[in-house]
Amino acid sequence: MAGGLSLVAGGGSRAAEIRPIPSGLGECWRLPGPSGPTLSELFAAHPRDGGWAGFLLAQVAADKPLLWVQERMAILESGRVHPPGLPDKNLIHVEARDARDALWAMEEGLRCSGLSAVIGEIWGDPRALDFTATRRLAVASERSGVAAFLIRLGGHANLSGARMRWRIASAPSLANDLDGRAPGLPAWDAELFRARGMPPGRWIVAHEAGAFHLVAGAGDRTLGEERRLRA
Amino acid sequence: MPALAIERWAKNADCAPDDPVVLTVEGAHGPIVHAVTKAAAERGARAGARLTDARALDPALVALPADPEGDAALVQRLARWAGRWSPLVEVEGDGLRLDVTGVAHLFGGERGLVCDVQRRFAALGLTTRLAIAPTAAAAWALAHHAPCICDDDVAAKLTPLHIAALRLDADTVRTLDRLGLKTIGALIGVPRLALARRFRGAEDVVEALDRALGRKPEALTAIADDPPPRATLRLEEPATHHEAAGQALERLIPELVRQLQERHLGARRLSLRGFRVDGSVAVASVATTIPSREPKHLQRLLADKAAALDPEFGFDAFALTANWTESLGAAQESLVEEPSGERQVARLVDRLTVKLGPRRVRRPQPEESHLPERASGWMAAVQSSSSLLGEGDRSTKSSGGGVWRRPLHHASHGSPPRAELREDLKRPQRLLDRPEAIDVIYATPEGMPRRFVWRRAVHDIARAEGPERIAPEWWRQPSSARLRDYYRVEDSSGRRYWIYREGVIGDGRGGLPAWFIHGLFG
Repeated sequence: MAGGLSLVAGGGSRAAEIRPIPSGLGECWRLPGPSGPTLSELFAAHPRDGGWAGFLLAQVAADKPLLWVQERMAILESGRVHPPGLPDKNLIHVEARDARDALWAMEEGLRCSGLSAVIGEIWGDPRALDFTATRRLAVASERSGVAAFLIRLGGHANLSGARMRWRIASAPSLANDLDGRAPGLPAWDAELFRARGMPPGRWIVAHEAGAFHLVAGAGDRTLGEERRLRA
Repeated sequence: MPALAIERWAKNADCAPDDPVVLTVEGAHGPIVHAVTKAAAERGARAGARLTDARALDPALVALPADPEGDAALVQRLARWAGRWSPLVEVEGDGLRLDVTGVAHLFGGERGLVCDVQRRFAALGLTTRLAIAPTAAAAWALAHHAPCICDDDVAAKLTPLHIAALRLDADTVRTLDRLGLKTIGALIGVPRLALARRFRGAEDVVEALDRALGRKPEALTAIADDPPPRATLRLEEPATHHEAAGQALERLIPELVRQLQERHLGARRLSLRGFRVDGSVAVASVATTIPSREPKHLQRLLADKAAALDPEFGFDAFALTANWTESLGAAQESLVEEPSGERQVARLVDRLTVKLGPRRVRRPQPEESHLPERASGWMAAVQSSSSLLGEGDRSTKSSGGGVWRRPLHHASHGSPPRAELREDLKRPQRLLDRPEAIDVIYATPEGMPRRFVWRRAVHDIARAEGPERIAPEWWRQPSSARLRDYYRVEDSSGRRYWIYREGVIGDGRGGLPAWFIHGLFG
């Protein structure tokens, strides 16, 4: 692999200077979480950042249908779910008029144990989404054993009954072994800022071969840059 | 209907009227002509002849396969429609027999009835040959050999007809022909005893004659009527309170469920009609994802809609109809009353659909297209096939156009090798409903983009991959549609987007190419 890449980078005598590019993946990382399925709240670092979707889909089991509720505003602002991009297409998509409908649909979904997970996207800080509403979702999720994910786009972290609260941003992707100028395996900057019974933390992770891995330092990133300029 | 097959074909095929076309069915010795157009008939093609013989007469003949099942289905539908003239309709080959006893005066006498039937069938593009006769067999004979209205003297009308009009089988007809008994009149003249002795068993000439002349009765078998399961409730006094519909529902559902159980059916679509005193009707309908006859579930689906029915001056009757049913055998799922996962999901879809509407609760329906917005088709979840958990069969279901659809993208199984990017990572997880125009700065017009502005925010492109060229679908888009070059780009903060350039310079389909953002990667 290293030999092939050095040719791209210019070849000849300079090949010796270039180290083989590390794949960028570090040690395995275990997703912190409670023992059973519960309600997690994911804040998108920016409404136009779709990174949370990758982070979320990596942890959802795909054996049963998935209920994906999107509020109208969320669809307008950050797009509709695109099934060809999902690893599993067994999906029920609900387009809710407003946050109240979306929360209702989520709660209906959480009563149904035939689902693998319920994902709900809420735009901003609607009045319907208060402590009671989130608490209801958390209780329903724990009772039926269906994981619930409340996605907050452009919202603020006010009072919530969610057991885990994440803030997810896209991180620069890993080096692409085949093409130095192309984005590689996606990575995410995941910050767990509130969780019941566990310490908060912040990690830069990627998902590969069915497991999360920590991403090694940013050193390989600059190497990639260099290579791009030189090529 | 002597020319049903060819007329049905001509209507569907939309051909020029003077094409020599024959429809063929497979016979023991090669294709046999089943029906011919007028032009083909003029060139010597006859129904019942072998295709090779017909081709020998005119090599320019166009042969197409006939569709006897489709024709039969059409006759069945016409039979139902013919209920407008008579309560008793029988399907007889490619013809219909109507019992018009005591009916004709409604259409202005028998002549008026014949005119009406002829006119309405002609409006459908079908030629008819009609006859009215006191006996069914005589009517058949006249319709096939000498269309007329025969009032009383059946024998006089039948006398000149060839014996084939008695619907005897071919061998008997040939034997009679050889004996010189060519017309029915000749047959009537022969002593009955002699006839009965000569033709015994299956081909009973005497009996056929008796039926035609009305000496023996012949019963018509009416087409089976299959009304949908329906429960009704009439009220003694008009109910003006809003809960009326809900209360009626509680009494109607057990009755409907009982009917469904008897016929081993499950309801897919239900409608509750409330008949108001002033003659207007209020309707509430719901649909289910899988056939169901579970009272609690049906009640729950309809309850909200029933409560919303406005009684106005009061309801005096209710009817609950299962408009669309599918067969559903008796099944016990488990010992405890806990529905299975699949059924639970189906019920969830029903509940969501009832509240939010079928257009808001959908499942992916992959289309065979490379255009992303078309590839991710959606269909109402309530309409998708009953197997919610099975993945493959849903998408291979044939749809209206008869095109077999296959999923374009397959879920990746296991862990693919590291070097190749996973299939699902090549497509964004989110797609904007309509691509949004962006301003792009790029080094060279054909080169990689360097920076773009989307919704007033500047994104510096750190890495980009592309282009992936997706050509317009010329068979359904106008010729001015431009190709798209998609790039997967990553900006300096790591956000990944899917942008495309529409068109290339000098493709002759507009000015400078425009840039759009179409999707977000997770």
